[in-house]
Amino acid sequence: MTREVGRSLPRLESEAKVTGRAEYIHNLTLPGMVYGKIVRSTVAHGRIRRIDASQADRLPGVVAVITAAEVARIVQDPYYGPAFHDQPVLAVDKVHYVGDPVALVVGEDRDVLEAAADLVAVEYEELPAVFDERAAAEPGAPVIHEVIRPAATFTDLKNLKPASGSNVAMAYQLRHGDLEAGFAQADYIFEDEFHSHQVTHTPLEPIVTVAEPRGDGGLDIYTSSQSPSFVRMELARLLKWPENRIRVRTAYLGGGFGAKLYMKLEPLAAVAALLLRRPVKLSLSMEEQFYTITRHGATVRLKTGVTRDGRMVARACTIWWNGGAYADIGPRVTQKSGFTAAGPYDIPHVSIDSYAVYTNLPPAGALRGFGIPQLVWAYESQADLIAHRLGIDPWEFRWKNALRPDRPHATGTLMRDAGVLEVLQELKRLMRWDEPFDRGSGTRRRGRGIAIGLKAAITPTTSVAIVNLYGDGSCAVYSSTVDMGQGSDTVLAQLAAEVLGLDAREVRIVHPDTDVTPYDMATLGSRSTYHMGNAVLRAAEEVRHQLRAIGSEIFKCRPEEVELQDGHLVAGERRVSFKEAMEWRFGMQAGNLIGVGSFTPTYKKPDPATGESEDITTFWMVGGNGAEVEVDTETGRVTVTKLVTVGDAGKALNPGLVRTQLSGAALMQLGFTLFEEMRFEDGQVVNASLADYKLLGMRDLPSSVVAEFVEVGATHGPFGAKGIGEVGSLAVSPAVANAVFDAVGVRITSLPLTPEKVLRALKEQAGEIWEEVE
Amino acid sequence: MAERRIAFRLNGREVSCTVRDHETLAAMLRDRFQLYSVRESCAQGLCGCCTVIVDGLAVSGCLYLAPLVDGKSVETVEGLGEEGRLDPVQTAFIEHGAFQCGFCTPGMVLMSHQLLQENPQPDQEAIAHYLSGNLCRCATYPEIVEAVRAAAQGSHVAKEEKSHG
Ligand code: FES
Ligand code: FES
Repeated sequence: MTREVGRSLPRLESEAKVTGRAEYIHNLTLPGMVYGKIVRSTVAHGRIRRIDASQADRLPGVVAVITAAEVARIVQDPYYGPAFHDQPVLAVDKVHYVGDPVALVVGEDRDVLEAAADLVAVEYEELPAVFDERAAAEPGAPVIHEVIRPAATFTDLKNLKPASGSNVAMAYQLRHGDLEAGFAQADYIFEDEFHSHQVTHTPLEPIVTVAEPRGDGGLDIYTSSQSPSFVRMELARLLKWPENRIRVRTAYLGGGFGAKLYMKLEPLAAVAALLLRRPVKLSLSMEEQFYTITRHGATVRLKTGVTRDGRMVARACTIWWNGGAYADIGPRVTQKSGFTAAGPYDIPHVSIDSYAVYTNLPPAGALRGFGIPQLVWAYESQADLIAHRLGIDPWEFRWKNALRPDRPHATGTLMRDAGVLEVLQELKRLMRWDEPFDRGSGTRRRGRGIAIGLKAAITPTTSVAIVNLYGDGSCAVYSSTVDMGQGSDTVLAQLAAEVLGLDAREVRIVHPDTDVTPYDMATLGSRSTYHMGNAVLRAAEEVRHQLRAIGSEIFKCRPEEVELQDGHLVAGERRVSFKEAMEWRFGMQAGNLIGVGSFTPTYKKPDPATGESEDITTFWMVGGNGAEVEVDTETGRVTVTKLVTVGDAGKALNPGLVRTQLSGAALMQLGFTLFEEMRFEDGQVVNASLADYKLLGMRDLPSSVVAEFVEVGATHGPFGAKGIGEVGSLAVSPAVANAVFDAVGVRITSLPLTPEKVLRALKEQAGEIWEEVE
Repeated sequence: MAERRIAFRLNGREVSCTVRDHETLAAMLRDRFQLYSVRESCAQGLCGCCTVIVDGLAVSGCLYLAPLVDGKSVETVEGLGEEGRLDPVQTAFIEHGAFQCGFCTPGMVLMSHQLLQENPQPDQEAIAHYLSGNLCRCATYPEIVEAVRAAAQGSHVAKEEKSHG
């Protein structure tokens, strides 16, 4: 029986958050600190002819202007990146997008920096630029990076070979079964193309880093990062230092969603601090976040063969990812998402070709789902299209084709512990799919739709944790998992508390500090509960083992007979507190009992020729969404009246937090679906502000928001738990589009579902001419 | 850059300081009074992270000029509740899990508190309307609505108890 696991404990840091006292790097000020402002490229692709910083330099309050030339004094080879080393600390010779960092002005007075940045004059020789992922992949397109050098940091990316001399940075392919034979068996073949647009994370705490040179020649970095271990490793590589000279610390993050992964401001802050020998703080403005990291736009082409009775027998998927100017983690998106591009369906013959493409747009990286929502948008829109064409109920069509337990996924890995069927069933129940539905009337038409998505957890990755029992019997967990709102502090405390017989609220979570907390790959991809959860469990079990050994000596019994309850060792009628046990062991209130836990799942890398592997992922994530909409046929406006989200939690360690994660992810994706859209003119973002880029607000809330989970235990998860952070977002877009189709019979294939698009489609459907007014 | 000395009431205490003419209220509260609940995010008056109450009215601290609070009364979330006791709105936010990263939370709490002062029994529409200027990127909106409702219930109950007792 568990006491801590499975209860909806409020977040440990609740009080700090409602009183405004929670720690964020946003709030950090250090003595002698100076501030920096980035000078950004105004052209999409070009050579830097000249940088003249003399005017800016003379401005009172300006301490320094830093360009690539100064960077070279600290870092000879200034290129970094998690997949490819393609991004320089500051532009060297060339710029690759509008917004590319070219120089840094540093000053004591934040108020003069804006003016100083404007005074840095940069002359460019413009080069032809390319923005569309399809055009950029064509031979003859302007080449954005002449040479691409792979990084070898992450195991799962080791076998990705970048291709130089073209903008196709990387290609992943999967061949499963015999495609030709599959299409020959099909009665119908559907070919459709779907497009996803660029959106961006905009965490409300904009990306921020403080770097402080230490007296001993080391460097302290305080950063709003989701990946402190990676930052240390990558900075050490750039500086050619051992990792132990760099200390990276984080605090609570004011949102992350993938924006704060790998390195963002850290290299520039580090270089500036080392050049100036004083603490430097770099904070992005909201506008600058739009220039820093985005979510991949994508074109997905699907060719699907179906039999008369509605079985999918063959599917060819081709995906072009718009990676922007630097690869960031795009190659992982290309590969990991590539795995599941055919959907959670049992299709015997599958081919997947997934291309990471460089363009002259701001770099694209991971945003809540690592590319999966873009794929689900395609395959679940098409699933509906097929079902309608064949006259099969959309839910039945999915149920019929769903991957059943122990069936091989297209990668060859067997479906295990994946709640595809359970999620579908729960979705049906919550949508009241079998009940009559009010379809509206007149100019207000109502419809409903569902969709389901599958994601493979990024594998293999490592998490290490330490559990420390202090002399008074109190306990701390040392982990480099970053709590950016998902509630990891609380869940990790619950796990440690469960093992040690404590109340989770008594467990202290020590926040990431690479001098103190051990390695963790990063807080991303819904991996922390599963990986760090396992590490914490193992560390806590080690401490339990030591406590039991002490207990067995005190009680003169076998260790297994000693129970841990409410901070006490208990054997039958006898009890001693942890504090007394420590005193017994160390002769006074002193010492530590330390447990170390480490977790790396098994993995088999895919065969380079077929892309197949029998052990591609350590757990499958399954999420489904349902939407009821009202479409105004006069304006094209779509109102979502009900949004249902179902995720497979494996085992919900904290059901309250699980539901909030599911509905939060779904609502974020709803904004992406209905209105959020980065717009570009000649590569320039023209709506880089919350005034022009609309985030979902209170008024956009569907009148009914339902989030539920099913629990299909994960064999190797802590108490069966899986990650849940991205699951709610996977299938929102197609669920809404399918509902729009159900309401008014028009199929929108490119996101977002703006009133203009819907209205245009309605007019076309009615055979009316659509007049374009410029 | 011109500077001036101003005096005002901050969370119930008289304070004074020197500010620059163009200094924002948010910058002043953070830099000079270490009130970090006031956060600059969009810097355009669009997100509500910098919400401050000036003479009983909610303003965007990122746009409001610091010199203008001279002689006025300024409240931030740090001044809410009593020593060692949270305000009912804060308690309701905790009980209903009405935040994730917590970055928007001080603004949300202040606005909700303000709403309940003006309208002790708001319906869903009134809540959405009043909080429409506060963004939550974690999209914890359903939980926030529930928390505000619960806080309203609570204050309602508390008032009744008082009148009966
Ligand atoms: S920072 Fe003031 S409203 Fe956004
Ligand atoms: S809780 Fe993260 S922005 Fe609201």
